[in-house]
Amino acid sequence: MSNNLRFKTSKFIDETYRVSFKFNNKTYFGFKGDTLASALLANGVHLVGRSFKYHRPRGIMTSGSEEPNAIIQLHDNSSRTEPNVRATEVEIYEGLVASSQNCWPSVNFDIGGINNLLSPILPAGFYYKTFMWPASFWEKYEYFIRKSAGLGKSPKVADPDIYEHKYVHCDVLVIGAGISGIMAAKMAAKNGFKTLLVDEKSYLGGSSIYDNSEFSKINNQITSSWLEKEINEISKIENLEIKTRTSVAAFHGYNFLLARENLTDHLPINQRENKVRQRLLKIRAKKVITATGSIERPLIFDNNDRPGILLSSAIKKYIDLYGVACGENNILFTNNDTAYETAISLIQRGIKINAIIDNREQIDSKILYEVEKNNIKIYKGYTVVDTYGYRRINKISIMKLSKDGQTVIGDKTKLNCDCLGVSGGWTPAVHLFTQSGGKLKFREEDQVFIPDVYPSDQISIGSCNGDFGLEEIIKNTLSSIKKFLDIDNSEYKTVETISGLNQSKRNIWLLPSDKSIGKTKSFVDYQNDATAKDIKLALREGFRSIEHVKRYTTTGMGTDQGKLGNMHALGIISETAGTKMGEHGTTTFRPPYTPLTFGTIVGRNVGEFFDIFRRTPIHDWHVANNAEFENVGQWKRAWYYPKDNENMHQAVQRESKAARDSAGILDASTLGKIDIQGTDASEFLNRVYTNAWSKLAVGKCRYGLMLNEDGMVYDDGVTTRLGENHYIMTTTTGGAANVLGKLEDYLQTEWPELDVYLSSVTDHYATISVCGPNSKKIVSKVIPDLDLSDEKFPHMSFKNAKIDNIKCRVMRISFTGEHSYEINIQANFGKSVWEKCMEAGKDFNITPYGTETMHLLRAEKGFIIVGQDTDATLTPIDLQMDWIVSKKKYDFIGKRSLYRSDTIREDRKQLVGLLTENPEEVLEEGAQIVADIKKSPIEMLGHVTSSYYSPNLKKSIALGVVKGGKNMLGQKLIIPMENKNINVTVADPVFLDKEGERLNAKL
Amino acid sequence: MFLINCPFCGEREQSEFKAGGEAHIVRPKQPTELSDDEWAEYLFMRKNIKGIQFERWNHVHGCRKWFNMVRDTSNDQIKAVYKMGEKPPVK
Ligand SMILES: [Zn+2]
Repeated sequence: MSNNLRFKTSKFIDETYRVSFKFNNKTYFGFKGDTLASALLANGVHLVGRSFKYHRPRGIMTSGSEEPNAIIQLHDNSSRTEPNVRATEVEIYEGLVASSQNCWPSVNFDIGGINNLLSPILPAGFYYKTFMWPASFWEKYEYFIRKSAGLGKSPKVADPDIYEHKYVHCDVLVIGAGISGIMAAKMAAKNGFKTLLVDEKSYLGGSSIYDNSEFSKINNQITSSWLEKEINEISKIENLEIKTRTSVAAFHGYNFLLARENLTDHLPINQRENKVRQRLLKIRAKKVITATGSIERPLIFDNNDRPGILLSSAIKKYIDLYGVACGENNILFTNNDTAYETAISLIQRGIKINAIIDNREQIDSKILYEVEKNNIKIYKGYTVVDTYGYRRINKISIMKLSKDGQTVIGDKTKLNCDCLGVSGGWTPAVHLFTQSGGKLKFREEDQVFIPDVYPSDQISIGSCNGDFGLEEIIKNTLSSIKKFLDIDNSEYKTVETISGLNQSKRNIWLLPSDKSIGKTKSFVDYQNDATAKDIKLALREGFRSIEHVKRYTTTGMGTDQGKLGNMHALGIISETAGTKMGEHGTTTFRPPYTPLTFGTIVGRNVGEFFDIFRRTPIHDWHVANNAEFENVGQWKRAWYYPKDNENMHQAVQRESKAARDSAGILDASTLGKIDIQGTDASEFLNRVYTNAWSKLAVGKCRYGLMLNEDGMVYDDGVTTRLGENHYIMTTTTGGAANVLGKLEDYLQTEWPELDVYLSSVTDHYATISVCGPNSKKIVSKVIPDLDLSDEKFPHMSFKNAKIDNIKCRVMRISFTGEHSYEINIQANFGKSVWEKCMEAGKDFNITPYGTETMHLLRAEKGFIIVGQDTDATLTPIDLQMDWIVSKKKYDFIGKRSLYRSDTIREDRKQLVGLLTENPEEVLEEGAQIVADIKKSPIEMLGHVTSSYYSPNLKKSIALGVVKGGKNMLGQKLIIPMENKNINVTVADPVFLDKEGERLNAKL
Repeated sequence: MFLINCPFCGEREQSEFKAGGEAHIVRPKQPTELSDDEWAEYLFMRKNIKGIQFERWNHVHGCRKWFNMVRDTSNDQIKAVYKMGEKPPVK
């Protein structure tokens, strides 16, 4: 390690603030202002990881969010651990702990490195071709592949940090605070637009903020000085909000954007307590200005991935911004002028440049002449053909390019270096633009895709729009923002620029080599280890579409989405296939632009807010009385009430016996309730239920079945006529919202002429159902004024009543087959009325029962549960409920479908009862039903939908659907289980009291 | 995410709405008169156009009203919204 790597000249680094951190268990020091990458480079550390497939040593390649190699794990084995973090984006703080991913046992000695030696037999599609056969072996392969692949470790304990979401509305959103973004934000804000400026970095100004060279000037000032004054000015504008460390993750249609604001990631852990870590901004902007800049392209040549090979612009940034030299003996390799800016920065610090290799033959540029003046050897018209050095580059070999750039000629020259900067020109960062639905066009001159058609009120400016020269950037930003915002006053009088750069470029997607392509490893996608050879192989094997080549070779499928190499992949495809770049289009860039943490995505929706639940007004009583709960939709429903260490089976047996022998009580508040009013309410019910409603007298209740238009059962429940034009409908617990939606739909769109109004009143009432032979005695004690005689209050009728002066509705309806009452009372009195019933029922062993017992009791009676015994493929005829389908009504929802050729088939699955040969044997719900187990393959006739042991009948009972089951009464069938076959007999689905004697008994 | 101009409430986020499929498919007044094929045409067949499509939307987490929308499905541009029973304002 050398001490000469840090140049204490940068104003972005606070040299008085030393920071210690750990990387791969070793302690290092950096300064406040460093990123993990700059601090490691200052310590001479280049090797930071191993590649995904071949486990090749890899180093820091870039200085920003496009980094493919330096992907690290933060705080391994801690609750705050985070995988797949780019070292180039992590700001260091005291106590930071980071480690390499994808290497075992250590980054310097890696067992998976054997894959590099095996690489001739690991071509593109290798995993597809090899491990997919035989299919049953995949499980075994997968174990080893996953073990050696390793893309970081997920945390094992709950995340202690706080995250939140925030809606943001603005007139103008500016993404990116480089020169053009800052100018645009100033123009927008000064002209009265409410403006938001965001940048993913911790500082403003983009790459120009450290541009101190004499070769580019604005108004005769050094670029960085001019920009600093601008930043100072905009920070004082009132209607301009500036957010740094804020990365736009997604740009959706209608100018809806998601951005992640990092609030504490740069702070030492002990300063993060009780602070929001990351905030997801949901931005709705009237206008969006994208100024996301551009990403430097690497060059594709043999062994272009060794540690010590960086983008030329990254080398410049590490020197100018962080005061860190990436090497002591540098070579730059370029096809354009920007590498000479890096050369100037190196020369200014007195750092050695061994040579510059330039693809171009003829170059007329001021900056190049300046570099040449410093006695630096420039190899014009040359290319790098190979590199050397295992854990760090130490040598390159170069050769002269032929005139057409397709081959190399002459002798090979070897040059020493410890750092190689590469520049293949620049790719506009159009990711967000394309996410928003924007269409790109290909510009032949410099081989770039640039924005063409905007799908919303937005514009791209600066180098993400393909403007690369300083003069062009400033001129075009001024004119296009004026037009975009429709303003006269640009805030800028005259802006004079000087630039010493020539914009020429010699673009060769895959540089030629003296070796055959099969012998080279020219990486196109560093993170996924996809090479130029892999892409050519894919084309040879017949892949043509870029999307297919991408998936076959995995190019661009890493966490960096191929920000560096995608263009080269496209270029190599079009060169090899002999097509035009513009015709291929690009692959799709998908959100997020950089990875988001799960914490940011879920925000505050964690713990009890992850999936909120609904409680009935009687919930607290159930909790106090030891109920177990079941989730039904979003409701928590009492499931059963275990007593004295009972298990569920024991509790349910006790509860259901008590309900039939004496009295049971159920909280039915979760049933959906829809209040229906209007002069056409009866006609409306006629149309939505299968049975007739016009003749239902006021004060009477009726069970109704609702179908979909395709004839399949949708929902059911009892509806009561409260008045001439007033009904209350009950729905299943889970179906309430959908039923209301469906009814509204028909009412508003098909039958707007009907005078009907619907309101959901589910939450307004508590519903208490008291059933059993003693229910009448109990209810008469709770509501003494109510005449409960069969004459005055028969089954399927309703009465208004009062309990302690509180109005309530009492229905005599039954879902158990027992004499029972349902009391509906204003929700906040629910618990007290429940307690009154319990008190009144004390002498009758009144037993609270939950949903499990309710299901058992109704199964004894053969009553269906929509969604358990039905699954949207059963008609009422299939359910043997022909009795509820009106023959007289001309029309109702689903009627016509009941005699389609498919619905009248005799061999449809139909609901039947099932009795086991051994009455103690209880079937499993969901089990298959067959007739012949010798036939191969065995024909599946249906399945068990409900199954219980009935304590009242003292035997096992079940409901099921069976093909042609209606005509199979008494027939023997088989339920094949894992280790036995259970014999069953098809039975009537009504197991108990078919004649309804219990319901109508004189009590 | 769309910004939808509910004809009753004004501009609201898409998350407040539910899409309801193709618009202007009228439920037959006399279903019993229809053949199986004719009924199936009404019940199952939808155009699913790439381009200008007329669709039903419901402001389900708002005013609960159904309305119609003209949308270019190729680029998600909403061309118009109009109330149920009204004629489409564009062709
Ligand atoms: Zn609305």
